[in-house]
Amino acid sequence: MTDDRNRSRREVLKLLAAGSGLLVFPLGTLLAGEREAAGDGARAPYWAYAVDTTRCIGCCACMRACRDENDVTAGVFRTWVERYRIGFDGEVRVDAATDNGYVFEPAAGEVARAFFVPKLCNHCEKSVCNQVCPVGAAFNTPDGVVLVDQKHCIGCGYCVQACPYGSRFIDPKTHKAGKCTFCYHRLAEGLAPACVHACPREARIFGDLNDPHSKLSVLLRQRHYRLLKPELGTHPKCYYLELDREVV
Amino acid sequence: MDFVFPNEQNVTWTVMIVLYPYITGLVAGAFIVSSLYHVFGRTELRAVARFSLASAFVFLLFAPLPLLMHLGQPQRAFNIMITPNFSSAMAGFGFIYAGYLIVVVMEIWFVMRHSFIERARGAGPIAWLCRIILLGNAHEDDATRAADHRIARFLAGLGIPMACLLHGYVGFLFGSLKANPWWSTPLMFVIFIFSAIVSGIAVLIFHYMVVARLNGWRLDQPCVRSLAKYLWGFMIIAVALELLEVMSIAYKQTEEWEVLGMLIREKLFVSYVVLQYLVFSLIPFFLLGINSLFSLRDRVANAMVWTAATMLLVQVLLMRWNVVVGGQLVSKSMRGFTDYFPGLWEKEGIAVAVVIFTLPFGILWVFNKIVPLFPEAVPRGGSASGTK
Repeated sequence: MTDDRNRSRREVLKLLAAGSGLLVFPLGTLLAGEREAAGDGARAPYWAYAVDTTRCIGCCACMRACRDENDVTAGVFRTWVERYRIGFDGEVRVDAATDNGYVFEPAAGEVARAFFVPKLCNHCEKSVCNQVCPVGAAFNTPDGVVLVDQKHCIGCGYCVQACPYGSRFIDPKTHKAGKCTFCYHRLAEGLAPACVHACPREARIFGDLNDPHSKLSVLLRQRHYRLLKPELGTHPKCYYLELDREVV
Repeated sequence: MDFVFPNEQNVTWTVMIVLYPYITGLVAGAFIVSSLYHVFGRTELRAVARFSLASAFVFLLFAPLPLLMHLGQPQRAFNIMITPNFSSAMAGFGFIYAGYLIVVVMEIWFVMRHSFIERARGAGPIAWLCRIILLGNAHEDDATRAADHRIARFLAGLGIPMACLLHGYVGFLFGSLKANPWWSTPLMFVIFIFSAIVSGIAVLIFHYMVVARLNGWRLDQPCVRSLAKYLWGFMIIAVALELLEVMSIAYKQTEEWEVLGMLIREKLFVSYVVLQYLVFSLIPFFLLGINSLFSLRDRVANAMVWTAATMLLVQVLLMRWNVVVGGQLVSKSMRGFTDYFPGLWEKEGIAVAVVIFTLPFGILWVFNKIVPLFPEAVPRGGSASGTK
């Protein structure tokens, strides 16, 4: 009995020590910057994403990191980077990087402005892909991530048709719906998505909308941003900072 | 205009998903013809009343096959009924399909019970099979015949909204997708129903005339004439609705017309403008129109009606292709188009599609061996009624 009591006292002390440690070094501080994934613990996190289009240099490190982290099948993409080149005559040329980067062809006329736009699943609040899934395999998690239950998906492709952003695909290997998961397995470990981690320019920002002090929340208060296809009422949670009007 | 999102390089819904609404359309159309006789008393359609009901049944049996061929995980197909997500239009498929199948099977049972009883009297495997179908009740008198007729009529009436629901729901699957400008229209639901009726009547005319010729039967001219008039009327409504839908987008000149106009002018010009409208709509329209408005010799009229029906079968298939595939050719980036044409031998290719489409005709042949689908067919030059 005495041993048991002592052990429980020791455990209580350990818990107190751990708790005070958390108070002194809040998790939000530990995971500062890009590693805001774990939230501050005050409220349940609500994850969202921002892309700073003024910072992306089109290096595609994010694409490679995503493919490595999630073992994405060749030929389909959980994320990609679009390159926009707009001529003085107003002509817009768009292409997306393959796994080998961009194709550099001889310039056809002078370029007035050019920029890169990383794309991924918008993890919409009112995700139409989830709405149309006939078996309920697609779902929104309480922390704001749109996922697919791979053990339940029947591979009908209705979600692929419904997604306005081209973010979903039928995986040629598994024959099930695939998409960006915000690297949910990494979030569970308090890590940011692989693409965010890999970006050398901090053009990809991930964070908790419920935390007013998160980098994402601060940026959304301070900067101009646009959503993709907001008229469809999907309420996307991928915010594009300083996005050019040519991008859809 | 050459950028498509990287995940749009290959279309997701293949020729199998073209075939699926095509077959359900045949079901709905054939059923409506049978109901014209059983419910609305169009007695001139008596010659094809049984045949149309049986056609609806066999096409219905094969309607899910292209879907199963398409599913990435066909072994999980029943998830659609076990864990349906009712916010999805597609979740209704299993229930609508199963409900309609039950109605059609029951109607066949009551309409053909007399024939099953007759066949059950003999010996051999067919008689044995008929006894099973009859569920052990081979009793028949005036009262049972009257009851059978009443119930069959009720089921035929119940089947009309269900047929519209089955096929209208397929149209709704496409029309409700706001991400796709080529599909997203409330008219899609109505267009699908009318084109279904067209294809259903067309397949009955096509098949009836082929079967009659092969068996040396005299065609029931009032029946053919009536079917041809219905076909003409319904094709006018179907084509007018399809044209209205495109014309309204074109006239409004919205942003989406920039890409849809290009889709029509470039990617779908042959299959949509030339084939679907100019060849396979316009020619049948004139053939059926002349046939309906002028008094022609039977031989000429029949040739025209058969040609028009066959062409309209192709027209509806083209319409399905242009909707299903056409909608997927437009990139959601609205900056380009992808391409698609099925391979001959691939899992979701042309050969499989042809086999799936041919199978119902084979089953119909077997059906006819069990109970005659044309019990009152008359040999050419003969006068007595026969049961071939």
